Amino acid sequence: MHMLVCGGTGCRASASDMLYESLKKEVQDNNLENEVQVVTTGCFGFCEKGPIVKMIPDNTFYVSVEPKDAKELVAEHALKGRKVNRLLYVDPTNKEQISDSKHMGFYKKQIRIALRNCGLINPENIEEYLAADGYEAMGKVLLEMTPEEAIKVVLDSGLRGRGGGGFPTGLKWQIASKNEADQKYVVCNADEGDPGAFMDRSILEGDPHTVLEAMVINGYCIGATKGLIYIRAEYPLAIQRLKIAIGQAREFGLLGTDILGSGFDFDVEIRYGAGAFVCGEETALIHSMEGERGEPTFKPPFPAQSGYLGKPTNVNNVETYANIPVIINKGAEWFSSIGTEKSKGTKVFALAGKINNVGLIEVPMGITLREVIYEIGGGIKGGKKFKAVQTGGPSGGCLTEKHLDIPIDFDNLIAAGSMMGSGGMIVMDEDDCMVAVAKFYLEFTVEESCGKCSPCRVGNKRLHEQLDLITKGKATMEDLDKLKNLSNVIKDTSLCGLGQTSPNPVLSTMENFYDEYVAHVTDHRCPSGVCKDLIRYEVIAENCVGCTACARNCPVNCISGERKQVHLIDQVLCIKCGACLEKCKFNAIAVI
Amino acid sequence: MTSVKLKLKESDVQKLKEVAKSFNNEAGELINVLHKAQEIFGYLPAEVQEVVAQELNVPVAKVYGVVTFYSFFTMLPRGRYPISICTGTACYVRGAEKVLDEFKRILKIPVGETTSDGKFSITCLRCVGACGLAPVVMVGDKTYGRVTTDGVKDILKEYDTED
Ligand SMILES: Cc1cc2nc3c(=O)[nH]c(=O)nc-3n(C[C@H](O)[C@H](O)[C@H](O)COP(=O)(O)O)c2cc1C
Ligand code: SF4
Ligand code: SF4
Ligand code: SF4
Ligand code: FES
Repeated sequence: MHMLVCGGTGCRASASDMLYESLKKEVQDNNLENEVQVVTTGCFGFCEKGPIVKMIPDNTFYVSVEPKDAKELVAEHALKGRKVNRLLYVDPTNKEQISDSKHMGFYKKQIRIALRNCGLINPENIEEYLAADGYEAMGKVLLEMTPEEAIKVVLDSGLRGRGGGGFPTGLKWQIASKNEADQKYVVCNADEGDPGAFMDRSILEGDPHTVLEAMVINGYCIGATKGLIYIRAEYPLAIQRLKIAIGQAREFGLLGTDILGSGFDFDVEIRYGAGAFVCGEETALIHSMEGERGEPTFKPPFPAQSGYLGKPTNVNNVETYANIPVIINKGAEWFSSIGTEKSKGTKVFALAGKINNVGLIEVPMGITLREVIYEIGGGIKGGKKFKAVQTGGPSGGCLTEKHLDIPIDFDNLIAAGSMMGSGGMIVMDEDDCMVAVAKFYLEFTVEESCGKCSPCRVGNKRLHEQLDLITKGKATMEDLDKLKNLSNVIKDTSLCGLGQTSPNPVLSTMENFYDEYVAHVTDHRCPSGVCKDLIRYEVIAENCVGCTACARNCPVNCISGERKQVHLIDQVLCIKCGACLEKCKFNAIAVI
Repeated sequence: MTSVKLKLKESDVQKLKEVAKSFNNEAGELINVLHKAQEIFGYLPAEVQEVVAQELNVPVAKVYGVVTFYSFFTMLPRGRYPISICTGTACYVRGAEKVLDEFKRILKIPVGETTSDGKFSITCLRCVGACGLAPVVMVGDKTYGRVTTDGVKDILKEYDTED
């Protein structure tokens, strides 16, 4: 029997490493070492209810498991074969306990290609990857196929880049293969800058070998012998697992010289990012790897012509790579049978925000937002009303009620005013102010603009100032027009993708929630009750029972009132932190 | 940068020189060397940048340009208990801003600074990959999930006695 314990970042934050130790100890104490193996895996995706423990072979799926539950799990499940019912997932719709994750709404509509091994294998043990058909595709390509044949499979599969741009991967490889040079490079973009997304990190933490395998294939196809992985220094666990994987692959002769006796040499090195969003852009990334400031440069020349150290360089995203071995193994036809006409395969999304099932999901292209939000995501938290979902991070836009039924793919999302982006999907409810959301993204852009060109450096700052005025009720209707015009200028004149897309959150919220902008401007009112300068917290006298909960929790002690008497908030001192609203159980605090 | 020169520990400087050497003193390895330097010294004051510049044979201005470009590098020492508040989108929509405000209010320092006793510092980071627990706060390596405004003082209290 195997006990799989999630070792992803989310679950580790809730003590899954202690849980692992406790389980191991219980197994030892019961002398079960030969029968039961406790294994740390990558992310299962169901982060909302972590830490997760899955039993193999019977597939029992335990949620929210704490270290103190280890004793019971081992004594009951491992020793007596009885399920621990209180740790099973309960379907929120019919309150039934579900023991096999296959039947959970969260997993039912998912198809796992890029995430196929996440949560199933121990990422720190190459033998588990090998047992899951690992390095088989690489062997096939190196020993039985010409580079042209392998590129053709990728081309025919219809795979498009998952880093945001959606450029056909096979075509990119073909271009790079045709550029003659004494040295070429293959680069894996693991910078994952979208704030609120963790797809690539989860793949690297859960299945690092798949990326290495794909990079070797990529190298063989374009004639490169060196691979570089550019990863954020903020991802220590992913870095650690990658290092282990590289070491093991070298030991097994799967990286290095004359791989599998094919005569082909390839090795991989890690390069660290240092916290700059713009370094996800490929030209900036290359400068950063060369030890420079990560400023983008004008394309052409494209990296495929002149990239790292001036040599032809092929840059692909982590998730793009994770698809490659499966495409080679199962064929282009199989892959292209999944998805829509122009977007094949699946996409991994980090589903987060005001949704019941926060987590990492992989769904076929063409699925609707409604299915993602209500079936996989389990609907909006706290029974609130759905308002919008932001895709594409700071480069994307928001989608609303009216977009719930369009099939998700690269082209449809663009037509709807957003974009696929790298896979962040943030759900917002009626309590979110869309002007404040736009301001949030602009704040990010202003911080992350590299400053090389003025439309982006100065323009975005102005956009942010304008939005700030709106949230303070100090803007005019003309300012709204100016906001829109300036947004378009920035889009048209910025040098790189960051500036060219940074006004998108403004334009799309203006397009879909213009009333909200107007309410801030003309009525000095924030309809969602978010913008501090436009709201007040007040006690509703008829509901207040004088329980004192609010007064005890107010950080600035600005609520007065005797026990069992109506309380009162001192508006001058109130810092609008919302603690009183959270604490009042009698609906007696209102945001006005 | 201040005009008062900081005296670096000779053994640390030696360590840094070893690091530079392990990267063949190549200018292209600047970022890797800076990562290591920050591990050794905890931050990258001007004096450390000067050593790096010398070892890699590049102008100090270039080192400074790179240090200031990347947010991961800091020229100010962090607190003994560095507090990082996740301000990624998932945490933002679940109230990270209010949590941040509360830390700033109690500790009386803005983002990026350290309390005068050197105990706490506040920084923001973007998505630590635990969005299911949003809003997320880290103190050193310890992660706190589903933090509320009134939970902030409880987190700080945990570090009351540890001095
Ligand atoms: C501002 C900006 C940020 C980007 N960030 C990332 C990123 O974090 N990860 C990524 O894979 N691609 C990112 N990209 C896209 C890359 O430039 C590049 O298109 C991609 O890595 C190519 O790989 P793919 O074809 O496999 O998607 C970014 C682009 C821009 C303009
Ligand atoms: S658009 Fe912005 S990030 Fe891109 S080069 Fe110009 S200033 Fe730099
Ligand atoms: S919003 Fe915060 S500061 Fe204002 S009364 Fe409520 S608890 Fe006190
Ligand atoms: S918590 Fe609510 S009911 Fe209790 S005193 Fe405050 S306002 Fe009144
Ligand atoms: S946005 Fe805070 S953990 Fe992801």
